[in-house]
Amino acid sequence: MSGQELVFRTDNLTKVYQTGEVKVFALAGVDLELFSGELAVLLGPSGSGKSTLLNILGGLDHATDGRVWFHDLELTDLGDRGLTRFRRDHVGFVFQFYNLVPSLTARENVQLVTDVARDPMTPEEALERVGLSHRLDHFPAQLSGGEQQRVAIARAVAKRPEVLLCDEPTGALDSKTGIQVLEVLKHLNEELGTSTVVITHAAEIRKMAHRVIWFQDGRIANTEINDERLEPAEIDW
Amino acid sequence: MTTVEALDRKLLRDFIRLWPQFLAISLVLAAGVAVLLMSFGMSAALEDTRKTYYERNRFADIFVDARSVPISFVEIIRRIDGIEAVEARVTTFTTLDIPGKIDTTVAYVASLAPAGPVLNRPTLRRGQWPDPQSTGEVVLNAPFAEANDLWPGDRFTATLNGVKRDLTVVGWALSPEFIYTIGPGSLIPDDEDYGIVWMPERALAALLDRTGAFDNLAVKLRPSARPKPIIDMLDQLLEPYGSWGAIGRDEQTSNAFIDAEITQLRALAYILPPVFLGITIFLVNMVIGRIVALERAEIGLLKALGYSDIAILFHYLLLAGLVAVCGVALGYAVGSWLSYGLARLYADFLKFPYLIYTVSWNAYVVSGLLGLFAASAGAARAAWSAARLAPATAMSPTAPPRFRRNWIDVALRRMHVSQPTMMILRSLIRWPVRAAMSVLGLSLAVAILVSSNFFPDSLDLIIDTGFHQSNRQHVVLFFNDTMDESALEDAARLPGVLQVEGQQYLPVILRHEHRQKRAVIEARRPGNDLSRIVSAEGEIVDAPPGGIMLSERLAAQLGLAVGDMVEVEFLGNRKGAYDLPVTRLVTQYFGLGAYMDQETADRLFQQAPQVSVINVTVDPARNAAFQAALKELPRLGGRAMMVENRRGFEETISENILVSTMVYALLGILITVGVAYNGARIQLSERARELASLRILGFTRGEVAYILMGEIMLLALIAQPLGWWIGWAVAKLMTDSFTSDLYAIPMVLKVSTFSSASLIVLGAAMASVLVVRRRLDRIDLVSVMKTRE
Repeated sequence: MSGQELVFRTDNLTKVYQTGEVKVFALAGVDLELFSGELAVLLGPSGSGKSTLLNILGGLDHATDGRVWFHDLELTDLGDRGLTRFRRDHVGFVFQFYNLVPSLTARENVQLVTDVARDPMTPEEALERVGLSHRLDHFPAQLSGGEQQRVAIARAVAKRPEVLLCDEPTGALDSKTGIQVLEVLKHLNEELGTSTVVITHAAEIRKMAHRVIWFQDGRIANTEINDERLEPAEIDW
Repeated sequence: MTTVEALDRKLLRDFIRLWPQFLAISLVLAAGVAVLLMSFGMSAALEDTRKTYYERNRFADIFVDARSVPISFVEIIRRIDGIEAVEARVTTFTTLDIPGKIDTTVAYVASLAPAGPVLNRPTLRRGQWPDPQSTGEVVLNAPFAEANDLWPGDRFTATLNGVKRDLTVVGWALSPEFIYTIGPGSLIPDDEDYGIVWMPERALAALLDRTGAFDNLAVKLRPSARPKPIIDMLDQLLEPYGSWGAIGRDEQTSNAFIDAEITQLRALAYILPPVFLGITIFLVNMVIGRIVALERAEIGLLKALGYSDIAILFHYLLLAGLVAVCGVALGYAVGSWLSYGLARLYADFLKFPYLIYTVSWNAYVVSGLLGLFAASAGAARAAWSAARLAPATAMSPTAPPRFRRNWIDVALRRMHVSQPTMMILRSLIRWPVRAAMSVLGLSLAVAILVSSNFFPDSLDLIIDTGFHQSNRQHVVLFFNDTMDESALEDAARLPGVLQVEGQQYLPVILRHEHRQKRAVIEARRPGNDLSRIVSAEGEIVDAPPGGIMLSERLAAQLGLAVGDMVEVEFLGNRKGAYDLPVTRLVTQYFGLGAYMDQETADRLFQQAPQVSVINVTVDPARNAAFQAALKELPRLGGRAMMVENRRGFEETISENILVSTMVYALLGILITVGVAYNGARIQLSERARELASLRILGFTRGEVAYILMGEIMLLALIAQPLGWWIGWAVAKLMTDSFTSDLYAIPMVLKVSTFSSASLIVLGAAMASVLVVRRRLDRIDLVSVMKTRE
C-alpha cells in the first residue's frame, strides 16, 4: 500500500470504558494507517476493539487517549459540531441492522443524504449502483433484508465519501444475500476508489480484502496483506 | 410470593424511571380533581354558611316596600294562612354628612323594633344596641362603618324628612338581608359610599312622621306555604300604599347575588374537570401504550416464566393506578387548600359573620374515583393488549410500521418537501388517531384560554356602552318623591352644576297573555343628552310617542313583538292599568329596560311634567361646594356618583380578571405541557433509532431536533384554529348562560384574545419539546445503532 495517500492515521489510540469500579480497555494503544482506495477487513473476537476503532474513525465516539488524523485533520481535536461536519462530508456508514427510516422510500432514504451533501450523485444513480433501480419507490417494510442493506449502502455512498465504514454489514443476512452485499461493496471500492473498512465475524470474508487486520484485547494482534484476492462469489461461509 | 414482589419492584422502578412523563399526566389529572373539589367545596361552604346565617338570623321569605301603611295591616297580614312571622319597619333612603368627608354618602335607614326584630335580625359585631327610647343612637352595618372609620361614639348627620339630625354610632352589625349591599343606581357594592343605618323605631317613626305606620314588610312563611299566592295577596292589600310589589327571596338583591355566585361556582365543576379527565385518559393511553410496545419482549418472558394474563393486565393497570394516586393526591392537596382558602376569602368579601366549612367527603370520593377511572380507562386498551399477547409473538420483534404510498405522497412529492419534513408528515398520516387526539388536547388548551380571556374585552364594551355612551352624567340624584319639573331649575342652581336633565321612574307590572313581569319604565324627553338609550349596535334611540319601548330581553320574556299590546299596571304613586302598544324594541346589555316618552306619560296621567331622577354634570373644580350643597337638599333620597361607579367597576373587574386570567393560563399551560411533553417523549422513544441514524449520516443536532420538535409543533399549529373555534363556541355558551335579568354579556372576541391564547400554548409546547430535545442531544449514537429494535 506504500505510495498511496494516507487517509487515516492513529497514534497510540486508547479507549477506556469505566463501568462502576471496573475499567475496561476497549482500545489499548492502537497505531494504524489506512490508505486511499484500500479495502481493509477487521477481524477479531467480540470485545476485541474493532467496533470501537471504527466508531472513533467515523467520528461517532471520542478516544480516551491517543490521536487520530483524517488526512491532516486531527479528529481527536474536534467537538460535536466538527465531527458532525466530518461525518457529513467524508464518511459513509453501513450497519448490521440497516437503520433505514421506515417512513421514507428507498429513494427518499438516499435523498436524506444527497439533500445535504456537497457533491452527491443522484439518488437514482446511487440506487442503480447497488442494483435497486427497480425498487426506488418502495418503503423499507416492502424490501427484503438484502435489499434494505443495499439501500443503506447506496445511502452511505451517495455523497461520494472518501471512506466507507461497515460494521458487520452481512451479520443479519443469509450467505447468498450477504454475497450480493459484498459484491456491491467491492464494486464501489473499485469504481469510486472509496477506502472501505469492513468489520466481520465471518473470517472467510478476509479473502476479498487488500489487507486484513486482526484484533485481540484492544490491540492489533496481526496484519496480513492479501497478494491474491477472491471475488465475493468465490467466498463460502 | 417472591415473584409477585419482583413484578411490583419492576412497577415501582418503571414509575420512577418515567417520572417526568407521569408527573406531567399527574398535573393534568390533579388540575381536574382540584377544580372539582374547589368548586364543590366553595359552593357548599357558601350555601351552608348562608343557610345557617339565614336560619340563625331568621331571614325572611317575602319582602315588600310601600309607603306609610297603617300599622293595623300587620295584624291582618299575620293572620294570612301560611305566614309564620311578620316584621314591619319604617325605612327611607337618605344622605349622610360624615365629618371630614367631602362627598355625600347614601344610606338606607331601617327601624329597629323596640323588643328587637323578629325577622332579618342583625348580628351585633361591636358596641351595643341603641336604647329603644333614644333619639339619636344608631347601629351601622359593619363594612360601611369600617370603610368610613365610624366607631362607637362617633357622630355624623343625616337628612331625615328634610331636616338634618345629629346621630351617634353605638354599634356595628351584620345582617343576612344586606350581605351584598348595592346603592340605588350603582352597579357594584361600595362600602364607603352606601351604608345601612339601624335606628330605634320610635325615634325614626317620629322623625319621618310614620308613627303608627310602616314602609317595609318582611314575611316569614311556614315551611309548607307557597310564596306565590301570598305575594299576590300582599300586592292586593298594599297596592293602595304605593307598593312596588312583593318579592320572594329569588328577587331580593343580596340573596339573588349570592345565588348567582353559587350557580357559577357549580358550573365550573361541570365545565373544566371533564376536559382534564378526558386529556388524562388520552395521555395515559398514549404513554402506557408505548411502554407496552417497548416491553413486548419482557411481557413474553414474564409469560414464559408462568405469569398469568391477569397478572400482566394488572401490572399495567397498576402503573396507571400509581399515576392516578399521585394525581388525585396532588389534586386533593391543592383542591383542599384552594377550596378552604377561597371559601374563607369569599366569606370575608361577603362579610359573613362566620364561615361554615364542612369537608364534603362526597366531593373527595367522587373526584378520587373519577381520577382512578380516567387512568384505568386510559390504560385499559394497552394493558388488555399486553395481557393477550402470546409469549412467542411477544418475544419476536414487532413488524416495522407499514407505510404505503398514496395520493398524499404524490402531492407531497410535487411540493418538493425535504425528507425530514416528509418524515414528519408521514408519521402524522400513519398514526392519524394519535395526531388527532393530540390536536384536540392542545386545542382544548387554546379554547380554555380564549373562553376565559374574552371577558375583559366584553366588559370593556359593557363599560363603554354602559358608561361612556349611555350614562354621561357625573351624578344621578334620586328623590324620595316625584316632583314637578321646576325641581330641575333648583338643581341647576346648585354650585358647580353645568347641565341638568330630568327623568321619571315608574314601577310597573307588565302583562301579556299568561306572562307577567315587574319592571321600571323610564319616562324621558326625546333628545336627552346625559342619560341616553344606546342600543347594542351603538345607535342612540328614543322611545317613540304613544306607547312603550322595551329592551329585547324583556320583550322576549313576555313574548312581545313590535305592534303588540301590553297591559301596563302602574305601581307606587301612579295607579291604574292601561293597554299600551309596543312601539319599538332595543337590544341592550344591561337590565330589563322599558321606556316611555315623557309627554305620553304626562298625557296618560293627565299631569304636569314630573321628574323623580335628575342627571347632572358638575364642574370638577367645584365638586366640594356641590357635595356640600347636596347634603342640605331636603328631599334627596340618594345619589350615584357615576365617575366613582365607573372607576369602582373597572377596579373590581380588573382585579378579578387578573387572578382568573392567571389561573386559566396555568390550566392551559398544564394541558399543553401534558400533551406536548408526553408526545415528544414518545416520539423520541419511537424515533431514537431513526434520529440517531440521521446524526450518523451527518445531520446536525438542530436538523435532527427539527424532526422531533417539528411534529409536535405542527400539531400545536393545527390545533390553533380548532382551539379558536372551540373557544368561540364555549364563549358563546358562557355568554348565553350568564345572561340574566340584570345583564347580558356581549361576546367580544378580539384578535389579541386569540393571539395571546395561541402564544401561550405554542410557547408552552415549545418549552416542553425543548426539554425533550435535551435528551435527544445526549443520545448515545453508538449504542442505539448497535441494537436491534
